[in-house]
Amino acid sequence: MKMPIGRNRLPVSLLLATAAGVLLSCVVPDAVAQQEGRRRRGGEQEVKPLNLTPDQVAQLTKVANERKLNVDDLLAAAKTFMPSGRHDEYVLFSSGGQSGQVFAIGVPSMRLLRSISVFTPESWQGYGFAGEHDPVIESLKINGKVVAWGDTHHPALSETKGDYDGEFLFIGDKANARVAVIDLRDWETKQIVKNPLTISDHGAAFVTPNTDYIIEGGQYATVLGYGYAPPSEYKDSYRGMVTMWKFDRMKGRIDESQSFALELPPYWQDLADAGKNASDGFFFINSFNVEMATGGVEKGNPPFEAGASKRDMDYLHIVDWKKAEAAFKAGKFEKINGFPVIKIETSIAEGILYFAPEPKSPHGVDVTPNGKYMVVAGKLDPHVTVYSIDRIKKAIAEKMYSGTDEYGVPILNFDAVKEAQVELGLGPLHTQFDDKGYAYTSLFLDSAVARWTLGGEYDALNDDQPWKLVQKTPVQYNIGHLCAAEGDTVSPDGKYLISMSKWSVDRFLPTGPLLPQNFQLLDIAQPGTTMPVIYDSPIGVGEPHYCQMIKADKLKTWKVYPEVGWNPHTQRLDANAPKKGSEGVVRDGNKVTVNMTAVRSHFSPEHVEINEGDEVTWRITAIETAQDATHGFCIGGYNVNLSLEPGEYVEFRFTADRAGTYPFYCTEFCSALHLEMMGYLHIKPKASAQAGNSPD
Amino acid sequence: MSRIISTLIGPRVPLEELRTHRWHYLTPTFIFMLARVLLLVSIFFPYWHMELEAPQYPDGLFLTAYVNHLTGDVREIDGLNHYIGMRPLGEAAAFERAASVWMIIAMFMLVEGAAFIHSKWATLLAIPAVTFPAGFYADLHYWMRTFGLNLDPEAPLSASVKPFVPTVIGEGGIGQFKTYAEWGQGYWLAVACSVLVVVGFYFHRRAYRPLSLRAKGAT
Repeated sequence: MKMPIGRNRLPVSLLLATAAGVLLSCVVPDAVAQQEGRRRRGGEQEVKPLNLTPDQVAQLTKVANERKLNVDDLLAAAKTFMPSGRHDEYVLFSSGGQSGQVFAIGVPSMRLLRSISVFTPESWQGYGFAGEHDPVIESLKINGKVVAWGDTHHPALSETKGDYDGEFLFIGDKANARVAVIDLRDWETKQIVKNPLTISDHGAAFVTPNTDYIIEGGQYATVLGYGYAPPSEYKDSYRGMVTMWKFDRMKGRIDESQSFALELPPYWQDLADAGKNASDGFFFINSFNVEMATGGVEKGNPPFEAGASKRDMDYLHIVDWKKAEAAFKAGKFEKINGFPVIKIETSIAEGILYFAPEPKSPHGVDVTPNGKYMVVAGKLDPHVTVYSIDRIKKAIAEKMYSGTDEYGVPILNFDAVKEAQVELGLGPLHTQFDDKGYAYTSLFLDSAVARWTLGGEYDALNDDQPWKLVQKTPVQYNIGHLCAAEGDTVSPDGKYLISMSKWSVDRFLPTGPLLPQNFQLLDIAQPGTTMPVIYDSPIGVGEPHYCQMIKADKLKTWKVYPEVGWNPHTQRLDANAPKKGSEGVVRDGNKVTVNMTAVRSHFSPEHVEINEGDEVTWRITAIETAQDATHGFCIGGYNVNLSLEPGEYVEFRFTADRAGTYPFYCTEFCSALHLEMMGYLHIKPKASAQAGNSPD
Repeated sequence: MSRIISTLIGPRVPLEELRTHRWHYLTPTFIFMLARVLLLVSIFFPYWHMELEAPQYPDGLFLTAYVNHLTGDVREIDGLNHYIGMRPLGEAAAFERAASVWMIIAMFMLVEGAAFIHSKWATLLAIPAVTFPAGFYADLHYWMRTFGLNLDPEAPLSASVKPFVPTVIGEGGIGQFKTYAEWGQGYWLAVACSVLVVVGFYFHRRAYRPLSLRAKGAT
């Protein structure tokens, strides 16, 4: 008998097949599930180029005439209207003023996307309503007292190499000298730090080009560290300050132990801006009240408003923060209220601090994208004054001083550091930039936005003469800050400008004596034309100050929490988060732990039976994974309301100090059976609980 | 005994004959080999997809079945199904999913065995692989039907959604959802395997039947 072909191959391949089988059945499910690609049926509808027929033109004309719209109005509408489902190109992160919040607004539609609660408890987001010892409320305490509001002024997006990176947002609370960190993955506040030196601030938050530090400049001088001195000792005892908060990007938190402050003379430091590119390593702060007026109209003294405006020049503060950091690391500081402070003498000796004269009680110093020029807007002077970093460095190196101030800080010669002055109009406040060599400055008294040309290397970018006013667009009314698309970064986009108009007067229907602010959208994309106002957006929830506009595609926002059981306070999966199947009530003496899950459309458990006086720890996991399948959870009378976003885990605690039968329910309309998503918290009165009717 | 075995495995090819007509005999072997590989590879590919569309899910919901597991928006679909009283999808075809990889390996080896059996009995070994796609379809249909027809009468939406037979392939609908179901690449690989095995048997018969007849004539 001949050998059949391949007979001795058989066992080998059998073996191989079996081995492969074992491997496959172990590995396949996970491996393949990872690669799962979603197929889209249909997909995005293609937008065909528009070509209006005479009939359509007639329709459009009819509507325009009926609504009394002119061609500019139609164009404005076309530039801002967003069809349903279309997303905005930019997101504007705006301070919320006294509301203590941040607003996120889509541009160009100007639709409010949402608010982010920061310094003020807010019930929709469940921010500060998680029972007793809520970490949010704890973080709002100052010297043991809950300060449940903030005056948010200046948001600062985190930057990498001077450009927004879309990871974090910082914002200062002027009223209470606090700085908050917001994580832009879930748009929630993660940390609030209180400045231990000062009661209030103004120049927060501004970041260095790689977000190494968050700058918090002070404003109203006090005795640092919550000290006391009468106004008669103002010059000797009161001090200004600027704090450098070290940001730990990996942790997403400010590292207070690596942060420090600089003591400053008791002028009123105002806004700050960090140098970049050519001026990297410096930051700049404008100031007013170098007169050191102490007011007192009630005693016949000139009021602050007059006393602080007497002199024609104040001081632009020039801070070499890399030298300051070195001095801090070398231990050249004193501690005030436990916080390291580099004294003025040290700053002078180490070459950290210089002044340059600036006219007149200015409001804002803004660094051009290339970092070469610092623009100071005069407020009480009709000019913007432009300083150059090259001139500043030269003046420092050659000691071109015009003297020192009362505290010994060298004052650089104004003519030596001044690059240009451009007359713009009345009340110049803040400046932003585009990509075509223009700067934009808000004119408060003129109620206008001025477009003017930069010089130097920017001269080549347009046909206009350098350092010249090009045009002005009226805005309605009393513009404060303004914001161009990425207009304070190293690479502005040259699109869209927001006029943050303080008064709206007649722009909207009257809303009682308290009127909304007016965010106006200006189209600045075309250099040759005017800068038309193309949208008015009422902001009726606070008086915002500054805002920043980031390209929406830079944000890496989570659609739902990455895993079910996620704790947003720690930004990781929480081992305490109840899982489906492990719900229940656990009692240990009078300490009760409730483990609950929430899913459309029920809580589990639905009845929670405890005794009066129990100390309750209540844990809820929203075991949802679908986008927007958010639940709420409230217990009436116990001041509890939570926002349970898909995957989120929340723990809250309270003492069951009032007996009764409390319905709890879902506060976010979640499903067709939302109303049925409820349960009862039974708190048995002490007497009946002691009579042996213990619920468990 | 050895006589029964030699009847079962059929005649061996004489070495001289094999040398001169190598491809004549190797063709079925290679076709079977290709079929086996396709079947094995199919484990890695989805067998069946369903997309569910509803207004509040602009991106749709997806369900993808592999021979041994289910992926996609299973959690969300289970969540929705509980309103109409349908059991969780994870409870369907549990045995089939656990056994499928081993079943495919068994079919792999049976087809391999068929290449070495030169009698008509080889067809017996190939039956599972040839009928596998049909079996998969029948099983899928069985489970969909069982789940669809056995809704919990106590479910919240039992008044508006009555027991139904979901559409296994093509367009269907339930409540506000439109469903689209189609076979995945894995299923088509299994079908290709089935077809290739049948084709392989044409060449198998062409190669070995003359040998069997000759052997029969010789006895």
